[in-house]
Amino acid sequence: MKALRNFIDKIKPTFSEGGKLSWLGSTFEGFETFAFSPNTVTRKGSHVRDAVDSKRAIFTVIIALLPALLFGMWNIGHQTNIATNADWGFWYEFWFGFVRMLPLIVVSYVVGLGIEFTFAQIRHHEVYEGYLVSGLIIPMIVPVTTPLWQLALAVAFAVILGKEVFGGTGMNFLNPALVARAFLFFSYPTHMSGDKVWIAADMWGTDAITGSTPLGDMAVNGSTQASALDMFLGTIAGSTCETSVLAILIGAVILLCTGIASWRIMLSVVLGGGLMGLLFNAIGGTPYLDMPFYYHYLMGGFMFGAVFMATDPVTAAQTNCGKWIYGLLIGIFAVLLRVVNPAYPEGMMLSILLLNCFAPLIDHCVVAGNIKRRKKRMEVKA
Amino acid sequence: MSSKNSSLITNPFSKNNPITVQILGICSALAVTAQLKPAVVMAISVTVVVALANLIISLMRNTIPPRIRIIVQLVVVSALVVLVNQVLMAFVYDVSKQLSVYVGLIITNCIVMGRLEAFAMTNKPWDSLLDGIGNGLGYAIILVILGFVRELFGSGSIWGYPICEKLGLYNIGYENNGLVILAPMALILVGIIIWIQRSSDKTLQEK
Repeated sequence: MKALRNFIDKIKPTFSEGGKLSWLGSTFEGFETFAFSPNTVTRKGSHVRDAVDSKRAIFTVIIALLPALLFGMWNIGHQTNIATNADWGFWYEFWFGFVRMLPLIVVSYVVGLGIEFTFAQIRHHEVYEGYLVSGLIIPMIVPVTTPLWQLALAVAFAVILGKEVFGGTGMNFLNPALVARAFLFFSYPTHMSGDKVWIAADMWGTDAITGSTPLGDMAVNGSTQASALDMFLGTIAGSTCETSVLAILIGAVILLCTGIASWRIMLSVVLGGGLMGLLFNAIGGTPYLDMPFYYHYLMGGFMFGAVFMATDPVTAAQTNCGKWIYGLLIGIFAVLLRVVNPAYPEGMMLSILLLNCFAPLIDHCVVAGNIKRRKKRMEVKA
Repeated sequence: MSSKNSSLITNPFSKNNPITVQILGICSALAVTAQLKPAVVMAISVTVVVALANLIISLMRNTIPPRIRIIVQLVVVSALVVLVNQVLMAFVYDVSKQLSVYVGLIITNCIVMGRLEAFAMTNKPWDSLLDGIGNGLGYAIILVILGFVRELFGSGSIWGYPICEKLGLYNIGYENNGLVILAPMALILVGIIIWIQRSSDKTLQEK
């Protein structure tokens, strides 16, 4: 550590104002603060809120993503193992998944960070770290057989048009990871849904084995073979790292204990989904309507979305009351889309994107309502 | 042609483009540009209608009572659009089918009404004709760009010629992009054109 610090201090003048490589200043700054907490302090303005800067907060999110990521890697191998009767051991299953997962993560980071660094350099500001989370989430929510060039295109689309056009990290109104997924979903639907994309056939190729997800089964046949316990543990087919509710809940505990994510949003998304599920149970009639409401939590990307995507502080509602409305509506729309619209088996992505668009309006109404109520109180006293 | 007159033609291409600067006529620009051919036919139709409507209204401008000017303009535009529609049905029937209601909707195209109100009502016939042609071509250039990009990436062809298949791109794993065919991506493409235009021309940026 000491040696690294000394090295950075030694080469720093080259990149500072007037140095030989000053045009690479933003890139250098990005790597320096990546390694060490910056010792600069905000001196004016009223926005100092916390001792940790956003870089440390973002590392906490990455740590919270790790259980789901590691489980997802194992599950990729496990699904192939079951589908091919290969009789692999635990470690080989993990290794298989690791090899499949690594290219997706590398492509996502290289393309995304490349664009971020380029924009930072052109606009002469420091490199923001928001993409470290988005770049890890994107490979976690796509099918394992997604072609790499399509992923690269989606990442470029999400970073440039989902984020940089609005001014970069913190200015985007849509969750960049979901923009990437939506791009893939509408551009290359045959690679993003159906029953031929979820299970990898071999370690290096792009072939897939036919196998449907429980969510797809429910949408097509109205029943699924997977048991509730399987779905809770996550030993089912699905997008790479979203299957295990257990691993996601471990991440949720980390996020909630450190206070990084809002418990109001997580709770209200779950409540909203449950309410809608119960309402459909009450209507009844078809197998999907009669499905126990808690199955919605176990299938597809509901929990992953609730814990890691809906809570994105940039795109979520900011007021406490607004967070409840925002979360409840996400849950309600997600389940509504799943059950009622057969064209979209998974409603979580579209539901979060929709509410991302409405979050500023919700906040505006909450703030305006608050002002109105207080004004009234003042008038009565006077 | 004086410099003032030539600027009537060239301005709508850059500083005063009806789509990217005035933000008019977006609806039809998104609807008809999934392929190049209907986009070009639509662009020509709109150019003809704007130019002739501008000319006719400008000739009549001193006799139109101000209180009923909108309805007079609409009658002129409608007559022209019906003519254009008949010509399209007679000579390019398949494209006319593809364009469906959007030919009729030229009547309500904001560019047409906008030019009549803003220019033809107060200017001489020759200037008005040039202004109409300029604005029509300004609209046309955006439509052609959109149609070209969307057909190339969405259907893998140019003017119906399957270029991607002929180049053998499908054999190496390339696929057409389904999103480009959809209207939302056309809106995003218009946004990208506006982005490029405003970053190269600083005078267009709002303070």
